[in-house]
Amino acid sequence: MALNKQKTATEAIAHLRDGMTVGIGGWGPRRKPMALVREILRSPLKDLTVVSYGGPDVGMLCAAGKVKKLIFAFVTMDAIPLEPYYRKARESGAIEVEEYDEGMFEWGLRAAGMRMSFLPTRVGLATDVLAKNPNLKTITSPYADGEVYVAMPALKLDAALLHVNESDRLGNTLLRGHDTFFDHLYARAADHVIVSTEVLHEKLALDAHTAKLNAFERYLVQSVVHAPGGAHPTLFGPDYGWDLEHLKRYNLSATEEGGWQKYVEEFVNVGEAAYQTQIGGAERLAKLKLPVF
Amino acid sequence: MTTATLAELMIVAASEAWRDNGELLASGITTIPRLGASLAKMTHSPELLMTNSEAYLVAEPVPLGPLGDYVPQYEGYLGFERVFDCVWGGKRHAMIGPTQIDRWGQTNLSAVGPDYKKPKSAVLGVRGLPGNSICHPNSFFVPNHGPRVFVAGEVDMVSGVGYKPERWLPGMKQDYVDLRLIVTDLCVLDFGGPDHAIRVRSLHPGVSFEQVQAATGFPLLQADDLSETPLPTEEQLAIIRKLDPHNLRSAVLKNNPPAVGARG
Repeated sequence: MALNKQKTATEAIAHLRDGMTVGIGGWGPRRKPMALVREILRSPLKDLTVVSYGGPDVGMLCAAGKVKKLIFAFVTMDAIPLEPYYRKARESGAIEVEEYDEGMFEWGLRAAGMRMSFLPTRVGLATDVLAKNPNLKTITSPYADGEVYVAMPALKLDAALLHVNESDRLGNTLLRGHDTFFDHLYARAADHVIVSTEVLHEKLALDAHTAKLNAFERYLVQSVVHAPGGAHPTLFGPDYGWDLEHLKRYNLSATEEGGWQKYVEEFVNVGEAAYQTQIGGAERLAKLKLPVF
Repeated sequence: MTTATLAELMIVAASEAWRDNGELLASGITTIPRLGASLAKMTHSPELLMTNSEAYLVAEPVPLGPLGDYVPQYEGYLGFERVFDCVWGGKRHAMIGPTQIDRWGQTNLSAVGPDYKKPKSAVLGVRGLPGNSICHPNSFFVPNHGPRVFVAGEVDMVSGVGYKPERWLPGMKQDYVDLRLIVTDLCVLDFGGPDHAIRVRSLHPGVSFEQVQAATGFPLLQADDLSETPLPTEEQLAIIRKLDPHNLRSAVLKNNPPAVGARG
């Protein structure tokens, strides 16, 4: 049995191809698989369609020119509401966009996971989500009510990137955050799932209570990457909070001449091990308190 | 003479949005709406449900900012996936601050400028506005009442639906659209005019209707019982101070003006 799915980030990301549709788990500046995103930044990958409840993952991929098209409901870093590199990409017309309501987005992931072409919803009617997207269609209920719905198309993903609290080499995962958002739906919507994990186990052996933290089945997972601190600088409950100091620095780089290139040289090109050292290592992560909302 | 600030007056005005709503989720997004919802739950509407703004339902509103010794009292769970279930079922009343609002109550949080493909200003995205607006009651908060927010024509990217007839084609169910209040730094508006036209319902102390009209890109109506927005009572102020011990409300409006006497 080839049940050892452990790979290096480089090996895992090498499965991706130019032009692929890639889903990125998490929500805004929370639970983002940033170590995998940094690996993409170092790779020659291009022309990606990125599907994300967007945060700095989207901003960095836009800054690096990796994004051909963005499928999204928002891009924000919460404490810093406006994502600077997303804005630059959007305002210069550098990326195509397909914009959905947050709930429609969920519906699209669900449809893909259920192998449906669409799911009906009222959401999006009478808005420019419908008007600006000529590919988005409505459908009339075949029942007596005759109501008109949006036919939210499946958001089928070639690959999904997720960061989890614990995983074993077989791809059994534990998601321990207070809210783990829609990561389970990304896993179902994708042909190929790459999971990065804070803690890697040989094989999980769980009590019933802990087993409930397993949000999706291991048959959905193709690659497991051991990446402690892999969500930094985003919030990764309960292990560490977001690194506001780092996010501010990243945000500021967008206002400086050659700022992105400097950020890349300092934090991306050095590789993940050096990145973790640069940001202050496990000691720094331990000091990043979970924010109070 | 009251010592209340304009922000505090707006919190009290915002809290009125949740009066007599029954048992539903009260979502006030950002400082003043959240304090408004919290004040509603602490005073006239204890039946409201609220979260800690993360993933848990709380028995009493959580104060803003660092909690110190305060321990949140959880009474249930409401992660984002369940919030969407709640939205679609209609048991929620949200108050958010859109970038633009038009005469039909349509809102924009996505992109400003005539060219959607290359906007003058990319904001956040439509977020949950399409779903909120077509599923459950909504109110709005505007800290800077002016013609850039209350636009003359249609908003640039209709994110939240409103009452513009041309947007509603046969078979589209408009029954759940329910726009309630707009609380601004000048006044409180509602959708009580003919065909849901926007009316001024109360003016903040020292503000005239003409002043509000001049700051709005479309014609406004006056409510028959147009009144002055009530000042916070001492009891309300005491609760607000408890809910906002670090005085985050003082940073919302420029120069934190007083409720009375700021207008020239």
